[in-house]
Amino acid sequence: MLNRRQFIQIGAGTAGVAALSGASTNWWGLDKNPLHDPGTEGEKIIPTFCELCFWKCGVLAHVKDGRVTKLKGNPAHPLSLGKLCPRGVGGTGLLYDPDRLKTPLIRRQSKRGEQLFEEATWEEALDLMANKMGQVREKYGPEAIALFSHGFGGAWFSHFFKAIGTPNISAPSYAQCRGPREVGYYLTYGQGCGSPENIDIENARCITLIGSHLGENMHNTQVQEFADAMANGAQLVVVDPRFSTAAGKARYWLPIKPGTDIALLLAWMHVIIIEKRYDIDYIDKHAAGFTELREHIADKTPEWAHVLTGIRPELIRETARFISSFKPASLIHPGRRTTWYGDDTQRARAMAILAALLGSWGRRGGYLNTSKLDVPGFPYTTSYPEHRPQVDRPKPSLYPLADEVLASGVCDATIPGTSSYDIKAWVVYGTNLIQCLPNPRQTKKAIQELDFIASIDVLPSEICGWSDVVLPESTYLERCDEVWTPDYKVPFLAVRQPVVEPMYNSKPGWWIAKELAKRSGLEDYFPWKDSVEYAKFRVTAAGYDCDELQRTGVIVGQGAPTCEEEGLALSFSTDSGKIDLYSKPLAALGFDPLPQYTPPDEAPAGMFRLLFGRAPVHTFGRTVNNRFLSLITNDNEVWVNAKVARDLTGVGILKTGDRVVLINQDGVRSEPIAAKVTERIRGDCVYMIHGYGHSAKGLRFARGRGASDSELVTQYKVDPIMGGTGMNVNFVRIERATQADEAGATRVREGAA
Amino acid sequence: MKAKRYAMTMDTKRCVACQACVLSCKAENDLPDKGFRDWIVQETRGEMPTLSQENRSERCNHCDNPSCVSACPTGASYVGPGGTVLVNQHKCSGCKACIAACPYNARYVHDEGYIDKCTFCMHRVQKGEEPGCVDVCPTRALHFGDLSDPQSNVSEDLKKRRHKVLEPERGLDPHLFFLV
Repeated sequence: MLNRRQFIQIGAGTAGVAALSGASTNWWGLDKNPLHDPGTEGEKIIPTFCELCFWKCGVLAHVKDGRVTKLKGNPAHPLSLGKLCPRGVGGTGLLYDPDRLKTPLIRRQSKRGEQLFEEATWEEALDLMANKMGQVREKYGPEAIALFSHGFGGAWFSHFFKAIGTPNISAPSYAQCRGPREVGYYLTYGQGCGSPENIDIENARCITLIGSHLGENMHNTQVQEFADAMANGAQLVVVDPRFSTAAGKARYWLPIKPGTDIALLLAWMHVIIIEKRYDIDYIDKHAAGFTELREHIADKTPEWAHVLTGIRPELIRETARFISSFKPASLIHPGRRTTWYGDDTQRARAMAILAALLGSWGRRGGYLNTSKLDVPGFPYTTSYPEHRPQVDRPKPSLYPLADEVLASGVCDATIPGTSSYDIKAWVVYGTNLIQCLPNPRQTKKAIQELDFIASIDVLPSEICGWSDVVLPESTYLERCDEVWTPDYKVPFLAVRQPVVEPMYNSKPGWWIAKELAKRSGLEDYFPWKDSVEYAKFRVTAAGYDCDELQRTGVIVGQGAPTCEEEGLALSFSTDSGKIDLYSKPLAALGFDPLPQYTPPDEAPAGMFRLLFGRAPVHTFGRTVNNRFLSLITNDNEVWVNAKVARDLTGVGILKTGDRVVLINQDGVRSEPIAAKVTERIRGDCVYMIHGYGHSAKGLRFARGRGASDSELVTQYKVDPIMGGTGMNVNFVRIERATQADEAGATRVREGAA
Repeated sequence: MKAKRYAMTMDTKRCVACQACVLSCKAENDLPDKGFRDWIVQETRGEMPTLSQENRSERCNHCDNPSCVSACPTGASYVGPGGTVLVNQHKCSGCKACIAACPYNARYVHDEGYIDKCTFCMHRVQKGEEPGCVDVCPTRALHFGDLSDPQSNVSEDLKKRRHKVLEPERGLDPHLFFLV
């Protein structure tokens, strides 16, 4: 007997699929079954690049009737290769967010933080801002003005602030994120890992993740390469107190005690060196300080590390042998947010040294040499003025190896009399300092000391509520920004071009910066008409075709050799001119020249270490108001170990979905949050997705959803080498949420609090 | 030439459960907020520290013996091009008999009253494009193709890889294959 499909197949050969597929099931027998087309294909498809996170993937925006219908990955762009992460797909949720900042706002009668503003014209707001900044410049000097910036559009403001004459230009992406890693690798190899990182996941035969949760952290190209590597049979070792999505793919998951990674890394080195499993030729040729390293790890046995990390000695030996068996294509992933425990530069050093033992720097499947297209800068005739040194370190001797300005240091220096001079004005571009700097109370205290604070953003985040002037920027889909030419294994040049007209009364960043400069007597620094003229000048000067670039969004260049296998000659701009296993610069500054294990503080009785991380559909708190992305995840949960949850002190049996609050060591009580009881986390820590628990009234969707990890990060340990703020040093206890807790959250959700 | 039989393979080893497929589908097909044609399942088994995990991107299985089509009283649910199971929204009365009949929970009630589900993005496929979920997937975990063609990507996947279908005991002959 024929089944229905076979009938159709036979029929289709003679009479065509469309007609018969209809006829076979057509109840009325009158009409064919039309194929429904949802009609989302664009009339125009415009290439640009994404800003939902800072990976900046190439995007093709479909535009129909003046609206963006959908966003696709640009196949020509080396960072998207035709694919997007969920956030990139959800860019329309930002563009059409009904809560967007729509017009300039000025705080008049209210107090800072009350979130009460009057709508203003651009003239009024820019005049006021230039005037206030001028007063601070005159009274305290230009250095008293600080810029905090995150995101690609910040380039215009960095330029403007350099023109003013302040060195206090900082991004939390350094001291609160990847800074320790950059310094650790710089000390070892003479360069950091950069962004996008210089790693060859694609060709790695073994990948080791130390706390990195690739796959939940959705840096597009890294995830693409990760999937390819796994499909090609690469092995995976994951060191994480939590069974991450990546751990679910691992040959070995080592659920390490939080804060003890350096002990594991040293024990791995012990095994690899004692058993002569390192790349002997590579180390002989390229490394300095091996003798000191060998002595240093002599007593760092797996048995020693076992007591500290909780990982069995035989498993430490087995994984060390396993990882080294794939050298040199055995990649120690350098991680990204590495501000954990205050000894983070030393942990990054340990990872970098282990990578050197595996001979993976400059080798296929390891760390690659990158290159960049040569695009001349705009030929400004004015140079930046001289200025006093930056203010982010209370004493010049502190954090001697920080190679960017510390956002947390600038915040601290705002408290009068604490540094060489006081900061009196902040301009905040695209970064919600209340959520991203540790200890929000301290940030708010610093803000109260300011003569002036302004925010430039697309959404009314918490920091906007603390500002005197709020300027609405157009989103990345509505503006042309600086041209982008990153260091990457394939060098390229990408443009961000407007896809639709700016909505509301928003303006692109270049225009805002130029208008402020005009009002500050600095118009000479902005000699171009608009960012398009600026970008065209640079692209043309570099010898590239602007029309082609507008059409394709990206021009890919010819790269230099990326690894020895491609003919790369390894060189290192370190102290010794080789890979510094032993760091003389660290020794000279009084730091450990080889990484030492420092024990983390133990959790007080009944408390758990608070860990936090990323969800694939969100970028910090920036996307929590995005209604489209929130169709997937609109709340965070606190992960609690299943055995612990069977009898939790003061709570009893905790079940998934139970509403709890977290109370930290300083008595800070979180918003209510649902528990996720799971085997996927150790019993000595809890975990939550970062970025929830918004209190900004203007974020009408995000406010009052989930709990804020940031509010619980009242303690942090500063990395003495480079000033990074280790934030995984807070402890919480768990209580059931009370009616008052829930009522509080409801008030925030309803905009009443 | 043999008639086409469309199918999808879903590589659980590549997938990281990021949900890009879900959002791409929603944007591509302009779905209502509460409507999902595909979804992610992340299944963890075992006890700490011996755990295993499987990530799946699930959707309509476009069965050879679709119980939803049999259950449909109006003929709105039908077998379309290449064996795809589709709904003619103009014939659908919204009675939900198909929802009850589908063991995969692949159908939902659209805001406009009719029953909606995955179409394998036939409007794209007919233009030579891949379905929206396949097109976006950053891990390239999804493959779409013609199972009647032994050289197609999906045929190759099934030859090379261990695979399974969901609810095989129901005998519906589903065409969404999970590579394990």
